[in-house]
Amino acid sequence: MKIAITSNGKELNSNVDPRFGRCSYFVIYDTESKSHEFFENPNKNAENGAGPASVQFVADKGVSKIVSGEFGMKIKSLLDSLKIQMIVIKDPVKTIQDIIDMLNK
Amino acid sequence: MNPPVVKGFKPYGQQYDLKKSEPVIILFEEYESVKLCDYEMLNHISACEIMGVSRPTFTRIYASARQKIATALAEGRQISIEGGRVAFDKDWYLCQDCKCYFNNPDMDMEIRKCPLCKSENFKFIGQSTVKETSPDTDEELCVCPLCGYSIKHMQGKPCKDNVCPECKVPLKRNNLL
Repeated sequence: MKIAITSNGKELNSNVDPRFGRCSYFVIYDTESKSHEFFENPNKNAENGAGPASVQFVADKGVSKIVSGEFGMKIKSLLDSLKIQMIVIKDPVKTIQDIIDMLNK
Repeated sequence: MNPPVVKGFKPYGQQYDLKKSEPVIILFEEYESVKLCDYEMLNHISACEIMGVSRPTFTRIYASARQKIATALAEGRQISIEGGRVAFDKDWYLCQDCKCYFNNPDMDMEIRKCPLCKSENFKFIGQSTVKETSPDTDEELCVCPLCGYSIKHMQGKPCKDNVCPECKVPLKRNNLL
């Protein structure tokens, strides 16, 4: 199963980016192969529509869950129809490694 | 429903000192009833179907909303929109261990554990409770920044108007410390 995590940087000790649509990087973590991959978010500086475009971007990678700090208002219905689960973290000081450790528990 | 765009309204240009008056608290469902009826111009029957309540209940909510708005206008009081029994357009769960919120997009499958930390200690918060907005859950306090002395915060009354009896310094809101 693939899980997308929004990240501030492209290292495992980067913090989780609290925004979804305009986050700096996406980490795609594969729970089966335990591998991760960083992708720069092409919509980081988008004027509008960053949320739906980012949904498109991660959905193309085949994720079934997204971990982020906050999702915009256009996102919920899109993700519902794609059956992608949202996980909202209210604690912004978690690193990508923390999240991966939690997912592996 | 979607949450209101603001948390409340404040009067301006008071003719005399109204500072002592308490704000009028309008519940989310009351706000929604007025929005549906008087902004979207729906009749009571379609509005009560959208809100998922019976026709008589809707009328009661709507009447109470108008009564409160009229009170605020007539007495020049603040309006605060909060609380009530509402479900926003989302079904959310809260994990008690890792404090994350998550939803269940695949309604056919029951959620057994938190998708993040695998804890089974989570609760459903999507219906009949308000996400982080219920007036009682997060008690607001005026706290002394030096000794920690605290009293219950009165809405509409700035914390700094209270002085700590021990340290004689103005108090601050607990969530700002």
